[in-house]
Parts: sequence; structure tokens; C-alpha cells
Amino acid sequence: MRRHSSYWAFAVHRASGLLLGIFLPIHLWVLSTIITGASDSSGSLDWANNPWVKFGEGGVAMLLAAHLTGGLRLLAIEFLPWGDWQKTAIAVACGVSLMIALSYLLRAF
Amino acid sequence: MTKAQVLDVSVWRGGVSGEFVAYRVPRHDNQTVLDVVTYIQRHLDPTLSYRFACRVGVCGSCAMTVNGSPKWTCRTHVERVANGHRLSLSPLRNLPVIKDLVVDMRTFFTKWRRARGYFISAGTREDAFARVRPDSAQRRQADKGIECINCAVCYAACDVVSWKPDYLGPAALNRVWTLINDARDEHRDLHLAAVASDDGCLGCHGQQACLQHCPMGLNPAAGIAGLKRTVALAALRGEL
Ligand code: FES
Repeated sequence: MRRHSSYWAFAVHRASGLLLGIFLPIHLWVLSTIITGASDSSGSLDWANNPWVKFGEGGVAMLLAAHLTGGLRLLAIEFLPWGDWQKTAIAVACGVSLMIALSYLLRAF
Repeated sequence: MTKAQVLDVSVWRGGVSGEFVAYRVPRHDNQTVLDVVTYIQRHLDPTLSYRFACRVGVCGSCAMTVNGSPKWTCRTHVERVANGHRLSLSPLRNLPVIKDLVVDMRTFFTKWRRARGYFISAGTREDAFARVRPDSAQRRQADKGIECINCAVCYAACDVVSWKPDYLGPAALNRVWTLINDARDEHRDLHLAAVASDDGCLGCHGQQACLQHCPMGLNPAAGIAGLKRTVALAALRGEL
């Protein structure tokens, strides 16, 4: 019952939303500690240079992109006339999310 | 009889609690899943309960879960759904089981009422026929949804229905979409108000299982999207 592209699009949208809800507060908290210099700032920057952290941030960018494109897909379904372009839209959404995440990673390293 | 000519069928027996019981049924060309169930009841166990009426895909009463997916059984060929020589048959999901393959359809139909999925007009038989142009945009929209046979396959396929028991479901919402596009219906506002909620069209997550499973090839997901659009516009205009 769930093996079709629209269901996958829904699942990715839901999972990325939930994960963003968990990771974004952590991400913002780290940023704020760096900016306000509440902790030893050089230590935090070291931490931020850790490749794993960069990968993690790339992941957050990926989640954001997936959630954004998933939301645009829903808006398109609901506000544009129904068409057979939807599968293409899902593929484009996946591609765009991946590109955004990769370009982010490329810049990070 | 060689192995390949026999189907191993496991059928849900009992009510909410019950178990799958195995039957061996001779296999034929052009055999439908309903033929298999009928064979079991006529030749192996007359106490098996199931529903059917027309056997030609019109009445919508024969739906059940076949190898994990909801299907109308009178027009589903064994050839196309059997997993090798195995068939698993159970009652439709999302509706209470009465016995064996029979579910209680009451919630399904009361939700049609709750969605105001019925024609509302003050017209009488004395009035002249309404003239609806077959090529008008509204009529074309309604056309796409009116062949529903109330089989509840979409309702069983929908995850939102299983997560939110009060959700009206694709069939009822599809029906409302046809009424919103019916130029003769005099209470578009009442229909819209009945579906403009989280239990109505706004609860749909666009998973589109209804579209994937509708045996009539209808697209309730498109109807629900149309309802969301109409509700949004009505809300912007302050009509809701
Ligand atoms: S028996 Fe009528 S639709 Fe299958």
C-alpha cells in the first residue's frame, strides 16, 4: 500500500520535518554560544571545524532543502491543476535537495 | 493435480480476534479472487462469511485485503495478484470486522453524511430540467469523480484514516468535490463547511494511496486537493 512515489514524498517530508525539529535548536544553540562568546570561542570553532560536524551541518542543509521542496510540492498539488507532472516534481525535489546539500558540503571543506 | 494447479489460500477466520486458516483451492485460468472465496465456501467450509452481489464491478460490496492490498475481488484476477501459488485474504483495513471477510461499513457511510456528501436542492419534480453543459469546466471536474461505487477500497488504503479515526476519508471527500462542482446543488457553502477541518480535506497528507488503489480509476486525491483550494479561497474571501 505504501510502495509508490507519493508515499515516499510524504515520508521524506514528515521525517525531515521531525529531524529538523530536533537538530535546528541544537544548531542555533551552538551558533549562539559562538556568537555571544559564552564559551571559550576558539574551542567552539575547533569543534565546528571537525569534519563530522561539517557533515552533520550538510545533513541539516539537506533536511532543510528536502522539507522546503516537499512543501513546494504540496503547494503545487493543492494550488495548481492536477497533472501527470507530479512524479517529475518529486524527482526534481530530490535532485534539488541533494544539490543544495552537496554544494553546502563543497563550500564547507 | 500438480502443485502448480493448486492455490494455497490463507483466509482470516473470526472477528477482531481470530486466525488465518489455510485452504487448498484448484487453480483455473481466468479465475478471480472472488471465485476462490466462493469455492472455499461452497466446497470446503460453508460457514465462511463474505460479501458480494453483482460480480461485475458495479455494486462495490466484494472488497477485501488481498495479499496485503485492498482490492475489489470480483474483478481481480488471481493471476495478477497471487504470490506464486499463495493468496492471503483478510477483511478490509480501517473498518471493524464483523466476521471472517465481512466488515461493518457503518462508519464509512456515516462519514458520507457527516461530510454532507449528498445533493442539496430545493427544486421539485415540477421544475424544468436543469441544463448543464457537458463541456463546462465544472461538469468536467464532477465527471472525473462520479463513478464511485462505494467499495471502501480507498478508505482501507488510506493511512490518515488509520491514524485519525475521525478523518472523513477519500470516498466521502471525493463525493463532496463532485457536489461542489454540481451547478444544480444549492448549498455549496454547507458542503464546504462540512469538510473545512482537520477531519475533513485539510487532514489529507497527499500520500495518494486512494489514487493508487481505486478500482474505478478515480482520483480522490485530486478532488481533495480541489477542496483544499476551494476552502482556502473561500476563507480568504471571508465566506467560511
Ligand atoms: S461483487 Fe459487485 S463490485 Fe464486486
